[in-house]
Amino acid sequence: MDQQDPALGRLIDQVRHARNDRRALDIRGGGTKVFYGGQPTGEPLDVTGLSGVSSYEPTELVVTVRAGTKLSELEALLAEQGQCLPFEPPRFAPGGTVGGMVAAGLAGPARANVGGVRDHLLGVTLLNGRGEVLSFGGQVAKNVAGYDVSRLMAGSLGILGVLCEVSLKVLPANRATATLAFDWDESRSLEQLKLWASQPLSINASSWHHGRLYVRLAGAASAVHAARVKLGGDVPAHGEAEAMWLRLRDHGEDFFLPDASALAGGDRLWRLSVPAASASVKLPGDQWIEWHGAQRWWRTTAAAPEVRDAAGRAGGHATLMRGADRSDGVFAPVSDVLMRIHRGLKQAFDPACIFNPGRLYAEL
Amino acid sequence: MSGMITSPSPDASTAASRPEPQEHQERQERRERQAEVTGALGAILPSRSILFRHEDTVAYECDALTAYRTPPLVVVLPETEAQVAAILALCHRMGVPVVSRGAGTGLSGGATPHRDGVILSLAKFDKILKIDAAACTAVVQCGVRNVAISEAAAPYGLYYAPDPSSQIACTIGGNVAENSGGVHCLKYGLTLHNVLRVRGFMADGEPVEFGSEALDAAGLDLISIVVGSEGMLAVTVEVTVKLTPKPQLARCIMASFDDIESAGAAVASVIARGIIPAGLELMDKAMTAAVERFVRADYDLNAAAILLCESDGTPEEVAEEIARMEQVLSEAGASRLEVSRDEAQRLKFWSGRKNAFPASGGISADYMCMDSTIPRKRLAEMLRAIQQMEIQYGLRCVNVFHAGDGNLHPLILFDAEDADELRRCELFGADILETSVRLGGTVTGEHGVGVEKLNSMCVQFSPEERSQFQAVKHAFDPLGLLNPGKVIPTLHRCAEYGKMHVHRGMLPFPELPRF
Repeated sequence: MDQQDPALGRLIDQVRHARNDRRALDIRGGGTKVFYGGQPTGEPLDVTGLSGVSSYEPTELVVTVRAGTKLSELEALLAEQGQCLPFEPPRFAPGGTVGGMVAAGLAGPARANVGGVRDHLLGVTLLNGRGEVLSFGGQVAKNVAGYDVSRLMAGSLGILGVLCEVSLKVLPANRATATLAFDWDESRSLEQLKLWASQPLSINASSWHHGRLYVRLAGAASAVHAARVKLGGDVPAHGEAEAMWLRLRDHGEDFFLPDASALAGGDRLWRLSVPAASASVKLPGDQWIEWHGAQRWWRTTAAAPEVRDAAGRAGGHATLMRGADRSDGVFAPVSDVLMRIHRGLKQAFDPACIFNPGRLYAEL
Repeated sequence: MSGMITSPSPDASTAASRPEPQEHQERQERRERQAEVTGALGAILPSRSILFRHEDTVAYECDALTAYRTPPLVVVLPETEAQVAAILALCHRMGVPVVSRGAGTGLSGGATPHRDGVILSLAKFDKILKIDAAACTAVVQCGVRNVAISEAAAPYGLYYAPDPSSQIACTIGGNVAENSGGVHCLKYGLTLHNVLRVRGFMADGEPVEFGSEALDAAGLDLISIVVGSEGMLAVTVEVTVKLTPKPQLARCIMASFDDIESAGAAVASVIARGIIPAGLELMDKAMTAAVERFVRADYDLNAAAILLCESDGTPEEVAEEIARMEQVLSEAGASRLEVSRDEAQRLKFWSGRKNAFPASGGISADYMCMDSTIPRKRLAEMLRAIQQMEIQYGLRCVNVFHAGDGNLHPLILFDAEDADELRRCELFGADILETSVRLGGTVTGEHGVGVEKLNSMCVQFSPEERSQFQAVKHAFDPLGLLNPGKVIPTLHRCAEYGKMHVHRGMLPFPELPRF
C-alpha cells in the first residue's frame, strides 16, 4: 500500500510516539467487538481513516481492502459481482470493519465446511511496534515465500500490530441453497450430523437448539435438490430460513445475550470449540450447537473452571464470549511452551508492548 | 538425468578453494567434532541409528535439488519419540544444527544438510495411527507417505485432498514443512487447510502441540505459521489431517486453443462465471509434445495450448458444471473440446500432466523447474515474457501451469555439463522470478524457498520484512539451530546479490553472450 498516505502517516507517528513513551494503544475500528477479549486499555488508535477498496478483480477471486473499510460495504461490493466472503463473518452491530473482522477471527455458520478467516486471508500490510510498515503474503492463493505471518494475524486481537490493508480470497456466492428442519434431540442430531459429514452431500451449515435441528444445503441447484430428497425433513419458508441463519451469524437471538441488560442476571455466554464428533457436553444452562457439533454455545452461570474442564474433556477449549465478569480470563490458558512462543512473538512484533495489552492474555 | 540448479552456491560448498594447510586443519577439526557429537549420540541411540561414514551418509547429501550437495556431520534415524526429544536436547546443549528430513523429495533444498549439523531422518515414523471415519480425520506419523493416507481412508469413502505430484513418495511431515499444494488445491485447499493438529518438539526437545482436533485452538493461530515453515520453527512427528468424502464422480474436459492468449483468457472466464473447477491446468505446445511422446495421452499436438478443466461431485452436480464449463470454454475460443467418457479416459488426460517433469527429462539433459505464482490475469503476459527470455538467454523453456491458481512451473531446458548454459539458465530463472514479483506475484507457490530461492527473497521482501521473519524464527528457536541458513536470507547475502544486479545492469551490450 502507499506508504505516503497521510492517514497511514498519522498512524505511524502515533505508534512511534507511543513506543517512545511506552504508552499502551487501543486499536479501534468500528468498536463493535469491544465486549470480546480482555478489557481494552490505553489511548485509542483509530484506524477508520484507512478505508477503501484498493483492488478488486472478480476473476482473481481476491479483494484487497484497507483495514478501516466497513465490512458491510465490502460485502455489498462483492455481492454486486455475485461473490462473497464464504466464512460468513458476524456483524454484531453496524459499523464493524474488515480489520476488526480479521483481528477477531470469528466466522459464522458455514465455518465447518468452508474454513475460517485465516483460511481466506492471503496477505496483510501491517504496522508493527517499531513503526515499520511491512507486507506479508500477497494477492495470490499459493504462496510459500517466508513464514506465513499474515495468517497469524487472524484472531490475534491486535496484539502483534496494526492491520493496515488485507487481501482476502473470495468465492462465487452459492448458486442454490435450501434449509431443512428436523425435530430431533441433541444426541440424535449429533449422531446424524456425524453420519452426513462423511458423505459427499452439499451440507454447508447446521444449527441445533431446543430440540430442533436446521441443516442448510448449498451448491449447484441439482446437487442441492438431490441432497434434499435424500435427507428429508421439513422445509421452512425460504425467507424465514435465510433470516434465521443471519440472526444466528450475528447473535441476534436473545440466547446470545446481545444486550448488556441480559448480562445482569449472572449468565455468561461461552463458546466451546470441540471436535465435531465429541459426545454431548454437560453443563447447567442452555445450549446452542453449530458447525455440526464443533461449536457449542453455552449460556450458563457455571464457574469458569467448570466450563473449561468440560471443554477440555471433550478435546477442545472454551472462550468467554460475553459476560459482565471477565476476571477469570477470556481465552483458555495455553501450555507453558506455547505461552513461551506467544511471549516471543509479542516481543518480535511489538517489543515495547504497546498494542492492545491484555486483550488476548493478561501477560501479553 | 534431471538436475535442478540455480543461483550462486550456498556458503557450505566453498571449502575446496581454500589453501591447503588451513584445509587440513579444518578437516582435522571436523573429524574431532564428528567424533564428539557421534560419541554423545551413542549414549542415547543404538549404533544402527547413527550414520557417519561417508558411504552411509552420501545418500543424505541432498534432496531433490540435487545440484546442492553438502556432507552432513552425522545422520540419525531415531525410532521413538523419546529418542527424537533426546537428540534435540543433546544438539541444543552442544550447539549442533539439526536438519529434519522426510522422503527428501523437496525441490528447493529445504533438506540440504548443514555442514556442521545433524540430519534428523524421520523415515521410521511411518505408521498410520488412526483413521476415524466418523470424525473424518486421520492421525498419522510424520513419515507416512501422502498417498498412503488416501489409500488407508479409501475403504471409508474418504481421502486426503492435497495431492502434490510427488505424492507417491513425499511424506506428510514434508508436506507440513512446505505447505504443499497439488492440482486440486484451487477447490480443496493447501496442506494448511487440511491439517488440524501438528505434534512435535521444539528445538530444545520440549514437546509441543499446535492446533487441535477442534476447528480452532486457544491463543494465536500458531499452526498457520508452523505449516510451511520448512522445518525452521519446530520438528513435526505426528499430524492429524482432515479427510474429505470422495466425490462420487469426476470428469475432465480437454480444451485446445490456437493461441496462448485465448487459453489464458479462458482461465479467467471460467472463474468469472462463478465456477471453481476441481482442477484447471494449462500446458503449452512444447510441453504437450514432450509428454505425448512420454505417455501417449492423445493430446492435441496442433494446439498452441491445452487446458485440462475438471469437475467433481455428485453426478447431477458434475453434469450441470461440465455443461457450463463447455459453454464458457467454447465462448473463449476453444478450437476443440473433449470430455472424458469414463474414469480410464480421465486418468489418461491427467497422465500427461502428472508426468510433465519426467517427460522434460526425456527431451533435455537437465531442466530447472520454476515455481512462481502470479495473478491469473497476467498469465498471457507472463508467457509472452518467457518467450522473449528464451531468445534472450538462448535456451528453451516448456510450460505447465496450475492455471486455476496462477502457479507456474516453467521448465528451463539446459545442459548442466555446459558451464555457460548453466549460467544462462540461472539468469533465465532469476528473470522469471523477478518478473513474477513485478506482476504482483510471489517467487514460490508451493515448492518452498529452501536454499534455492534465498536470493529471490531479497527481491520480494524489504530488509525490515526480512528482519521480522528473523524475529519470528527467534521466538521459536532462540539459538537458531533448526535448519539454519534456509528460507530467510541474511542482510549480507541480499547486499551481495543487490551488487551483482547493479553490476550486471552496467555491462555494455548486455544482449551479447559472455563466456
